[in-house]
Amino acid sequence: MIVAERKSLEQIEAMIEGMEKILVAGCGTCVAVCMAGGEKEVELLAAQLRMKAKKDGKERIVDEVTLTRQCDKEYLDQIAKYIDEYDVVISTACGAGVQFLAERYDGHLVLPALNTLFIGVAEGPGEWSQKCMACADCILDQTGGICPMTICAKNSLNGPCGGTNHGKCEVDDSKDCAWTLIYRRLEKLGRLDYMRKPQPPKDYSVMTKPRKHTHQAFTEAQQDEE
Amino acid sequence: MAVAFREAFKQKDFVITAEVGPPKGTEIGEMVEHIDLLKDKVDGLNVTDNQSSVMRISSLAVCRMILDHGGEPILQLTCRDRNRLALQSELLSAWVLGVKNVLCLTGDYISVGDHPQAKPVFDLDSVQLLQTVCMLNQGKDQAGNEMQGGTDLFAGAVVTPEADPIEPQLLKFEKKLAAGAKFIQTQAIYDIDNFKRFMDRARREGVKIMAGIVLLVSAGMAKYMNKNVPGIFVPDDLVAELSEAPKGKRLEAGIRIAGRMIRQLREERVCDGVHIMAIGKEGVVPDILKAAE
Repeated sequence: MIVAERKSLEQIEAMIEGMEKILVAGCGTCVAVCMAGGEKEVELLAAQLRMKAKKDGKERIVDEVTLTRQCDKEYLDQIAKYIDEYDVVISTACGAGVQFLAERYDGHLVLPALNTLFIGVAEGPGEWSQKCMACADCILDQTGGICPMTICAKNSLNGPCGGTNHGKCEVDDSKDCAWTLIYRRLEKLGRLDYMRKPQPPKDYSVMTKPRKHTHQAFTEAQQDEE
Repeated sequence: MAVAFREAFKQKDFVITAEVGPPKGTEIGEMVEHIDLLKDKVDGLNVTDNQSSVMRISSLAVCRMILDHGGEPILQLTCRDRNRLALQSELLSAWVLGVKNVLCLTGDYISVGDHPQAKPVFDLDSVQLLQTVCMLNQGKDQAGNEMQGGTDLFAGAVVTPEADPIEPQLLKFEKKLAAGAKFIQTQAIYDIDNFKRFMDRARREGVKIMAGIVLLVSAGMAKYMNKNVPGIFVPDDLVAELSEAPKGKRLEAGIRIAGRMIRQLREERVCDGVHIMAIGKEGVVPDILKAAE
């Protein structure tokens, strides 16, 4: 899932300077799971914004809504009826959700409340780690299910660099050396021959931004119609 | 005119190179002094590429200066700051400027240097960079396009004999050899028995291995490296030898240690040469060579 963290209240306050009617729009999917922008976090941010206004003696109306997802048009439509009542919408979705909301309501100011961090997994309560950088050409079949593009700071594809340090990384000794992990996993699986094979340079052309994807079934359906 | 580095391996049983670190800024006086001091005493001057991710004068510019002063330069090239276009362009430029040797490295990560917010590139890794040199030597670029004129670069790579675990390091080492590395320079070594065991596994026909010798200037430096530099291990007896040296004589002790190690490596034919890194103390390299006689 997409992992994100909320911006500081000071940063969010600075963005909404002088605005009175505020809609805080949450997202009920990834950012709800990572406790950054779901219903509870929307409630907290709205309460903080109300308290700050009260403390500063400012007029401010803050309402809350949490959509199932902000990356799907059908859910964005839900606020069409009343969005005109607000000076600004603060979205607690990931960067994709914020943009989709801003595109759907392009006459409205839509601001981000989160910093989007990575695609990752929940390691434990309140702890997530990055696992995939969406390189569009997965090689996990050859690396024992551990991604060197993501787990290795230098995205080395052919083995550990000289900074490997007793299984840890020179960049941050709290992080594991990806290639020590890969070596140990492949050894355990009896597949060290995978590591002996030279990996060619990555094809970055498939990562040209902004990327688009159409599901095969829909492409075929379209062709049939034509 | 210096003998080409690759020829030195044919003419000698034991080849010696020294490291030159380009300065940060345009005051090159001291570096030029070091080049003049060392060019005829060693078989090659190996020029670092934004060493430790600190922005400096480029390796290529200093390599050309070494040629102008009659020395034999070895271009260090890391994958940190350049994508595959820039790397190949640098290699072609090196060749037309007369630089015939290249040491291919992945490079330290950006965060250890003085521009920690810069974008790390790492488009290729060291194995892929070696493959790229091989392609250029065959007159083709990395994408397979024919070029008007290729290179004939003598390519090298690095290995860390003290890496723990060593097995993944050795697997990558094999890939570097398969990718065309003809000489290997090691991370600093201090435990010669350990290094001999490494050499038993690493020695191959057609590849020259040079032990990395980093000059120790104090016991504090040795302890610092043991704690902070991955792949470097200074044994206790050497730390003691440095700390027992009287104040003002510690550099001498470091020179003595380096000289003694080089002599042992040469006399016992442990490897094909040494690469001396006298970080910031290049002026004493002749003293190290004297101590190694």
